[in-house]
Amino acid sequence: MLSRTAASLYWLGRYVERAEFTARLIEATIRLDLLSARPAGEGAWESALAVVSAEDGFWFTGEPVSPDAVGRYLALSLDNPSSIRSCLDAARNNAKSVRTALTREAWEAINRAWLFVRDVRVTDGTPAALAMIEKLKAEARGFEGALHRMLRNEASFFVRLGAAIERADNTARLIDVKYHLLLPEGEKVGGPIDRDQWTTILHTVSAVTAYRWLYREGLRPGHVVDLLVLRHEMPRSIAASADEVAQLLTSIGRRLGRQGEADRMARTRQLMLNRSTVNGIISGGLHEFLRGFIADNARLDYAIGQQFRFS
Amino acid sequence: MASAAFDEVWGDAGPGASREGFEALAAWIAETPAQELTRRQQAAEAAFRQLGITFAVYGEDEAAERIIPFDIVPRIFAASEWRNLKAGLEQRVEAINAFLADVYGPRKILRDGVLPAELVLSNPQFRPQVAGARPPHDVYAHICGIDMVRTGPNDFFVLEDNARTPSGVSYMLENREAMIRLCPELFELFPVEPVDDYTDLLLSTLRSVAPHGRGSEPVCVLLTPGHFNSAFYEHSFLADAMGIELVEAADLEVDDDIVWMRTIDGRVRVDVIYRRLDDDYIDPLVFRSDSMLGVPGLMAAYLAGNVTLTNAPGTGIADDKAIYSYMPEIVRYYTGSEAKLPNVETWRCREKQALTYTLDNLDKLVVKLVDGSGGYGMLVGPTASKAEIERFREALVAEPHRYIAQPTLALSTVPTLTEKGVAPRHVDFRPFCLSGADGIRIVPGGLTRVALREGSLVVNSSQGGGTKDSLILADRPRRRGKAAAPEVTPMRSGAD
Repeated sequence: MLSRTAASLYWLGRYVERAEFTARLIEATIRLDLLSARPAGEGAWESALAVVSAEDGFWFTGEPVSPDAVGRYLALSLDNPSSIRSCLDAARNNAKSVRTALTREAWEAINRAWLFVRDVRVTDGTPAALAMIEKLKAEARGFEGALHRMLRNEASFFVRLGAAIERADNTARLIDVKYHLLLPEGEKVGGPIDRDQWTTILHTVSAVTAYRWLYREGLRPGHVVDLLVLRHEMPRSIAASADEVAQLLTSIGRRLGRQGEADRMARTRQLMLNRSTVNGIISGGLHEFLRGFIADNARLDYAIGQQFRFS
Repeated sequence: MASAAFDEVWGDAGPGASREGFEALAAWIAETPAQELTRRQQAAEAAFRQLGITFAVYGEDEAAERIIPFDIVPRIFAASEWRNLKAGLEQRVEAINAFLADVYGPRKILRDGVLPAELVLSNPQFRPQVAGARPPHDVYAHICGIDMVRTGPNDFFVLEDNARTPSGVSYMLENREAMIRLCPELFELFPVEPVDDYTDLLLSTLRSVAPHGRGSEPVCVLLTPGHFNSAFYEHSFLADAMGIELVEAADLEVDDDIVWMRTIDGRVRVDVIYRRLDDDYIDPLVFRSDSMLGVPGLMAAYLAGNVTLTNAPGTGIADDKAIYSYMPEIVRYYTGSEAKLPNVETWRCREKQALTYTLDNLDKLVVKLVDGSGGYGMLVGPTASKAEIERFREALVAEPHRYIAQPTLALSTVPTLTEKGVAPRHVDFRPFCLSGADGIRIVPGGLTRVALREGSLVVNSSQGGGTKDSLILADRPRRRGKAAAPEVTPMRSGAD
């Protein structure tokens, strides 16, 4: 496989994952804003911007923080390189340049999502935004389905590798923002707003039911951290993403007949996560842990590019 | 003008009538409700849109990708019509290859004075860089798209020989897929020759011309300028169908005159490059130095005989519009017989008498830039405004050698679905001819382009034309299953 093709597939995976995550983030923020016991308001939308590091970008639009303005910026703005629209533009460009490596189904899923989002002009009002998000989530599921029907060869491995790296980053950011930014001053840890916020995070990653299955004793931040950082059976957890990265690298290495620095880093990371405990992470500082993980993930991303000659 | 034209299904009698042998198609057109045709056409276009079978129009925003309009009413060639065309195409392509081998080799045709030497040697399409070098297996124009028009039952003319990087073959294949899905009854009605083995034949052609000694599994790649190119869909479609890598220049590097592609597993040696990039852009060290699209050193590797480029650099001289007018002489010179496919009558404005005639008849002629393409730089006299005619008159007087003139032909029409039901529209036809080391292969089919506006003669996609499937009827009775591959017609060698 061409190195450029590998790079395009990898980034295709990252962009689709990022688009889906952003859609979920908007949905969760709407939920937090509207449905919590007490309105979360501006704080919810500010933290949504923080999760995807888009505060500065949004500030430059000059618009006040409001559900419609932030929602539009996150979903549709061409000025925001991480908006759903921008991600799908980039994903489609990548997919188009590697059409030959994708199945028709996988390409059509991307193209359909792109055609759909391209025609959305404004998302006025919550129902419209939610309808758009539902559709985008369905498209992302369709893409994932198509991906799992592709040959188990480098092409599908690289897309999934990109998605797994991106997912690890997104989950870490999501938890980190909760810990530091969201809770209004004066609100008690463990209070109703705090609880709503943790629930919202679970919603963002479709984990509310999973949480109830695993923890019978009501909502506790420590459990949420356990679920989203360390539980291998939770598909969007950091540990599960790290497992997937290591497995995919192994699969690629097996087909090429050799492995490299990226494999070593991925396995070291797996080991570190397996040895960690929730209490250890929290007592050492969740924020520090997550920042460390995000930086580590970026280094792994770079090593992957080096190993397959695409960066 | 439309009324004077010959209709390929209805003959001269107009809608409802039928030429002999085309009764079944005329009946199908008459009996299928326009509404039903529209529904199927829309389904086809929606599928094309979904598949991304698009082309970008230069100068428009990238998002403004368009699909080429597809017409659901097919064009049909009788078996005997195709037999004659095929023989003519083989003869023409053979002559083109012999001509290229000669002008880049011994130049006998120039010494024999068949065409003026300076017309070839000082032509911008002539590449002195490859003079004296022989491409592997002496084949130059591996893929030719010959544009043809028709004016009557037996009157086919070649309008243009596209011998550089002709496009459109993906539409031939996708249009057929759409027709089989949407109008299966047509294939029950007619025994249609298959076109779907084109990509297999293309791959065999590419493999056959690998440099000598490169083994039985030569590595072939398709070189594209990238996904912003208007024909990118076709590039990816073909690479996909052949199972070869679709590369951009940045994926290739040349070391010691050997071409390599960069892969995740290290470097892989490349033997044959089906390039869809013009000569000007393939190697900045030899051609345009400002081009970012090319591969530095590619020409040195080619000249060293270590890689095959299809089509070979320099083939542009064979499809140049100034050379075109000599094609009947060229065919006669190399094949020893008269051209089976005539040219459209052409006045070379570089010749004094022709210039005078052209200037006197601008309102009746089509005037073309010899190096123009895609319907640009062209005057269609009968429909041009006075101002346009005057502008061309000045240009002609200033630089006559840059122009040729041709009569406006009454191009044949084919019934086409329009807003007002099925009506005749003008068409042309581009079959694709493959020349390999072992001979010429032509799949029975091609791309029919149709001018969708009433009376219009301009079929270029960049000018709003559409496409149709082109069904070649088989001599055999209709039967299921795939027909045998077309036989290979051996090429005569070189200029001798």
